[in-house]
Parts: sequence; structure tokens; C-alpha cells
Amino acid sequence: MNMALSEQIVIPQGNAELRLARTWDQPRGFWGWFTNVHHTAIGVRFMVTSFIFFLLGGVLAAMMRLQLSRPENGVLGPDLYNQVFTVHGSTMIFLFAVPMMFQGFGVYLVPLICGTRNIAFPRLNAFSYYLYVVGGLLLWVGLLKTGADAGWFSYVPLSGPEFTPGKRSDFWAQMITFTEVSALGVAICIATTILRQRAPGMTLNRMPIILWEKLVISMAVIFAMPAVMVVSSMLLMDRTINTQFFNPSVGGDVLLYQHLFWFFGHPEVYIIFLPGTAIVSTLVPVFTRRHIFGYIPIVTSVVATAFLGFGVWVHHMFATGLPQMSESFFTAASLMIVVPTAVQFYCWLATMWHGRLQLKLPMLWVFGFFFVFLIGGLSGVMLASVPVDWQVHDTFFVVAHFHYVLIGGALFPMFGGLYFWIPKITGRMMNDFLGKLHFWLFFIGFNVTFFTMHFLGLRGMPRRVYTYTPEMHWGGLNMLASGGALIMVAGVIVFLLNFFQSRATGRLAGSNPWAAGSLEWAVPSPPPHYNFLELPTVNGREAVWDALPNQPIVTGVRDDIPEVLVTNSLDSEPQHKDELPGPSIWPFLTSIAVSIAFIWSIFSPWGIAYGAIPVVITLIGWLWPRGHSPAPRLETRMEGTWTR
Amino acid sequence: MDSVRQRPVLDVSGLPSVAFGRSNTTWLANVFYMMIEGTMFALLFASYFYLRTRTSSWPPIQAPPNVGYGIANGIVFLLSLIPARYAQKVAPTGNRGKIQLALAGLAVFAIVNMVLRGFELANLNCRWYENAYGSIVWSLIGLHTGHLITEFLETATLLGVSFTPKMEGTRLADVAINSDYWYFVVVSAVLVDFLIYGTTRFL
Repeated sequence: MNMALSEQIVIPQGNAELRLARTWDQPRGFWGWFTNVHHTAIGVRFMVTSFIFFLLGGVLAAMMRLQLSRPENGVLGPDLYNQVFTVHGSTMIFLFAVPMMFQGFGVYLVPLICGTRNIAFPRLNAFSYYLYVVGGLLLWVGLLKTGADAGWFSYVPLSGPEFTPGKRSDFWAQMITFTEVSALGVAICIATTILRQRAPGMTLNRMPIILWEKLVISMAVIFAMPAVMVVSSMLLMDRTINTQFFNPSVGGDVLLYQHLFWFFGHPEVYIIFLPGTAIVSTLVPVFTRRHIFGYIPIVTSVVATAFLGFGVWVHHMFATGLPQMSESFFTAASLMIVVPTAVQFYCWLATMWHGRLQLKLPMLWVFGFFFVFLIGGLSGVMLASVPVDWQVHDTFFVVAHFHYVLIGGALFPMFGGLYFWIPKITGRMMNDFLGKLHFWLFFIGFNVTFFTMHFLGLRGMPRRVYTYTPEMHWGGLNMLASGGALIMVAGVIVFLLNFFQSRATGRLAGSNPWAAGSLEWAVPSPPPHYNFLELPTVNGREAVWDALPNQPIVTGVRDDIPEVLVTNSLDSEPQHKDELPGPSIWPFLTSIAVSIAFIWSIFSPWGIAYGAIPVVITLIGWLWPRGHSPAPRLETRMEGTWTR
Repeated sequence: MDSVRQRPVLDVSGLPSVAFGRSNTTWLANVFYMMIEGTMFALLFASYFYLRTRTSSWPPIQAPPNVGYGIANGIVFLLSLIPARYAQKVAPTGNRGKIQLALAGLAVFAIVNMVLRGFELANLNCRWYENAYGSIVWSLIGLHTGHLITEFLETATLLGVSFTPKMEGTRLADVAINSDYWYFVVVSAVLVDFLIYGTTRFL
């Protein structure tokens, strides 16, 4: 087997570049949009679509703050208010946070950081995007008339057939199915890419922390998302075909819903916030100009956090009258989460302590994350204690806590990540002054809005009330919180202006404007569809920084078909080559067929049965082999291994 | 004009373009699918035992499901492992006749499984709308039936492909991977049978 390093081989570049560009080209135009399966395009779509949902969810938040700014305000009635807070929460969790932090960043970055030319199973990846869009539209089309109104977790019996007749909760339940199938599809693509398509030399021990995190989160998605699909399906069946899962009069139980929901719901918190910590672990070394301190403790902490996340779900149910032993166990388990999180914090601090700190724009958001997430963590420690939880359960204290955790843990790192990677995606730098203005407006506005809510909660203001009387004396603090929300909105508007200005007239970024160390910075900005002209090999945890002066490149991967190198999971030793599928309309057509079946099932149980027929037809169309195929070479074992 | 550079290279041109077994990427994705579906089954099993604690007797009012068709189908499921394993063995050889024989055998077994499943559904002695017990029993068997039908369709599609020149390269690996998924369907069938026919008699 010709696998040894050869010295001084001549590589003709020009022709190879042309062939690669032709091989990996993606269709353009209106119809081309529906056939594109390249990860950079789909990743950007996930990011843009989820950001649009973030803006829409933000509009709903602003409407709520407007309504609550004064006692007995009449902007929103109780019915509309219920829909608004339900769709706001569902949008931010299911349509923004996970699709942005996991799918968006993951789909765009993972293949680039792995050093490969496309994501594994690119058509499944594209299919997942279309399903996600339909799920989001389903939730939003229903708003105003049939908007879900039982909260983002839609507890039974409130969301059951007795107390929510009509189709409101059905729309919510099927939105869950759409978004979770989407997340599961992407999890498979990302995990497979990380385990099978890393550049030679990128052993597990050299894998950038963001890849570790994406791998761990993919596993968390694989084990957590089925729970919410099961429970939302049970809810839908209780509502449409009269199953009795949650009907206590015939052996059902409403707490079964809560157990299943939170078995998903708590890992979901980590699915949202661990990508944030991974962005921090990526930015801190770049802006301190050194390798990360405590690589192994950080990786261990990421794994431990995701693992522990599956053992704490009951702390969301402390007020349901559980046995004391159970409450004690889950309090202890919840407090244990502090340990791996603190380990990560100390490692970041140690990295900064020993590095040369550069307080550039992305790093500003990292400091915002430190401050905000720390406060959220501290109120989390308070809430892990059962007596405190009972006292403030379902009050604005809890609202303040989870916004500190989720906005602190996800949104601040997200903006840091966007300022960091937008130059890679668009090829142009963002404006530094506008970025800093955005940060300070958002940081101040956020703290004014949500720190105030701690006090509102401690003064007894329950969440999810559409108004309150002047005698409660909550008006002043509510007005303050609403004022803060206005400042946050101003911050987001500044970001949008900055983005569009950058797209139009921003300074050209070049391939590596931050002098960063991972492989996405070794390709042009924006990357061509073949990603890497020369497939890289890796010599250290920061592939660009640690590259030898004459770092070898990979040859022998065909450039006349979309072929990628497959390496093994542990040591990234080359194993074989794989032809990836090219552009296709079938993922889109299949997503339409699946959507018809899912939506039809809201109105008739036969929807799934009849709807399955076009799904099967489109799936066969998708999977039926066509076009060329590499000549079969059936050797399954490699004789030699590559050693550097 | 080509620019010319000189650099050390790692030449992988001699590596195979098809892999069987664990190094195949679709094999890994298939494992992930089984983890997802396995988690769904596990959660339904947990729900089954949770709902058991909500009533004093199990089944609450109905008779346990008639066990005859369940046992018969269980035996057919176990026998179906033979063509599944055979398909996995002959796939890397690329021998078209043997592959067609294995896939056709597996498809026939799947059809028998589906027919027997129909009789099983008719003999559960409960309906999904009667109580939570009926709901969970029908959900368990319904989820498994969904897998059975899906697996039959996949086997039938591969059988169709095997009559075209496209049955080569990665499609051969797909035949082997299809058998892995069939093993999952068989194992989950045995577990579902144990819950539906076994635990209803001694829980």
C-alpha cells in the first residue's frame, strides 16, 4: 500500500484547482437553491434562519415587556399574552438556540476544522434544514389564531384535550417533531464527520475543543431528543386518537409527561450552553496568543457536564410532591454540575493569566459571558436547593435565572462567535466601533432587564401573568425591566446595521484575520466549495500554529468525483476513501412529503398512513443509486499505517 | 498555467474506495440510528413500568394478550437472522445471485412477520383508547411495527437495486449494513414481546 510519506513530490496546482471547483460546484439560481448540499451553504442557512427566528422571538419578548411595563396595561389580552409567551419560549429554545448553537455553527465549522471537503451525509444534512424551516413556520403560522398557548413545555393537563381544545397544542407538538428530527439528522452528520473525516494526524488527543464539544453534544442530542419526541407524540395521540397516557381516571399520569419532558429538557440546557463554552474555549487561546491551559480537564468537563445533565431532570419537578430522598438525590446531582463548569472557568482564567490578552471585539463578548453566566450559575446553585426552589418556583426569579444561564451561556458566546467567524463566512470584517456599541448596549440592557427580575420574583410576582394590579407595587421594577429590554433591542439593531454594512463595505478579511490556530483559518474567506485545495495533515492541537514549516499534505484523493478521505476514530489514520453524494432535489422533496404527513396527522390519524406513501416514494428516489460510482475496490484492511 | 510547488505528501491513492464493517461511515450512522431508536424503545419501556405503578392490577381490566401469535412471530423473527447473516456474509463477495437470494429470503421473512403482526394486533385484548395500559401496549407494538415496515421497504429497495448494474461498491456495503439494522429489529421484537406477553402475566 502506497501510504508512506514521500518526499518532494511535484504538485500541479492550477489544474487541480479547476477540477476541484468543477467537481464540488453547487447549482445556482432559484432551483439550484433547493439542490445545494454543501455544508457551508446549509450551515449559513441554519444560522440566518435561526437568527430570523431570534428576531421574531425578540419581538414577542418586547411585546411582553411592553404589556408588563405598567400595571393593568391593555396592550395584550390574556389569550394573546399566553400565545406570545409560549411562542416566544418555544421559538427561542427550539427554533433559535439549538439550531444556531448546534446546527448552525456545527454544520458550517465542523468539516472545515476537521480538514475535509464536505460534511458526512450532506443530503441528510440538507433534509434536516428543510424540516427545521417547516417546523418553525408551523409554529408561527398558527400564532394569533391557533397559536400554542400552554407554555414552552406545554404541561398536561393544561395542554391536553380537556383544557386546550382545538389545534393549538397539536401545532406545538408537531413543531417539536420537526425540529427534533432535524437536530437528530444533523447530530448524525456531525458526529460521523468528526469520527471519520478528521485530517490525518488529528488524533483524539489533538482534536480542537470545539470538535470535542460538537461530538459530545451530538451524543447528547441522540439520547435526549427521543424523549421529547416520545412525549410530544404521546400528547398528540392523547389529543387526536384518544390514547390515555395522561388521563389519571384510567391509569394515566400527568407526571409521566414531566419526567419524559425534563429527561430531554435538562440535557437541552447543556445542548444550548456547551456550544457556548466551546466558543469560549476557542476564542480564549486566540486572543491570549497561547494554547489553552488544561486541555484534558476541559474536555473531561465537557463530557462530564453532558453526562451529569442526564441525571438532574427531576430538579425541575421539586414542587410536584416527590419523595424527600428523591429531592435530596437530585439536589446533590444538580450541585455536582458546578464542579466541571468551575473547572472550565479556572482553565480559561489560567489561560488568560499566562497569555498575552488582546481585548478584541470577540473577546469582549467572552468577558460578558463570564460575568452573566456566573450570575446565572450562582442563582442556579440557589435553585438547586429545594426550600429555595419551593419559595420562588414559577416566579420571575426563575425567569431571571434561566435568562442569565441561557443568554449568558449561549447568546453572549454566540455574538462573540459571530464577530469571530463572520469574516470567514462573508470574507469581510465587522466594524469594531459598532460591535463595541452593540456589546455595551446589549450588556447593560440585559442586566437592567433581567437582574431586576430577581427582585420581582422575590417580591412574589409569578411568571406567565398577563398583568398585575397597582397594589402589588411591582410597577416600578417592571418599568425598569422594560426599559432595559428597549436598550437590548437597540443593541441588536446596531448589530444588524453592522452586519449589512460589513457585507457591503467591510474591510476584506483575508484567510486568517485573527491569526487563529484551527484549520478553518487555513482556507480562503469565504471558503470555496471544495474547502481545501490541498488536504491538510495535522501536527498539534492548533493545526495552523503547530504546523511544521514543511507540513505534509494529502494526495491521492480523486478530484474528478466528490471524494473525501476517511480516517479512523481514535488516531485519524487514513482508512479508505468515500464518494459523497452531490447536489440533489430529493432531500427537499422528501422533506415536503414528510411535512405533509406530519401536518396531516394533526387533522387526521390517517395522515401518517396515507402521508407515508409519498414519503416512501421520495425516499426511494433519494436513495436509488445513479450516476457514476468509483470502481469498487474491495480491500477492507490496510497493510501499512502512516507514521509521521 | 500550473504553478509548481514541492512538498512532502501523504499519498493515499492506494486506499480502497469501499469499506465493509466498522470503518464504513454508513455503518457508523446506522449505529447512531439504532441508538436513537433504542432510546425511544427504552423510554417507552420505562413509561410502561411507570404506568404499571399507577394501577393495582396489570392489565387493569383487560385479559392479557393472547400469546400464540406472539410466540409464532418471535420464532419467525429469530429464524430471519439466518438470511440476514447470510446477506452480510455474501455482500463483500459481490456475488449477485447469492445477494439476491439472501435479500429475497429476508424480504419473505419480513412479509411473514408483518402478516403475523396483524394477527398479534387483533389478539391484544385491548384497544389504545380504553386506558393507559392499552395506550402503552399499542404504542410499543406500533413503534416496532413501524420499524418492521421500514426495514422491509429498505430490504425490498436493495433487492430491486440488486437487479440493476448499480449493485456494486457502496451498495454492497449497504446490504451488509441493512442486516445490522435487521438484528436491531429482531432484538427489539424480543424485548417488546417480553413486555407485552410476559410481564402482563406476572407483573
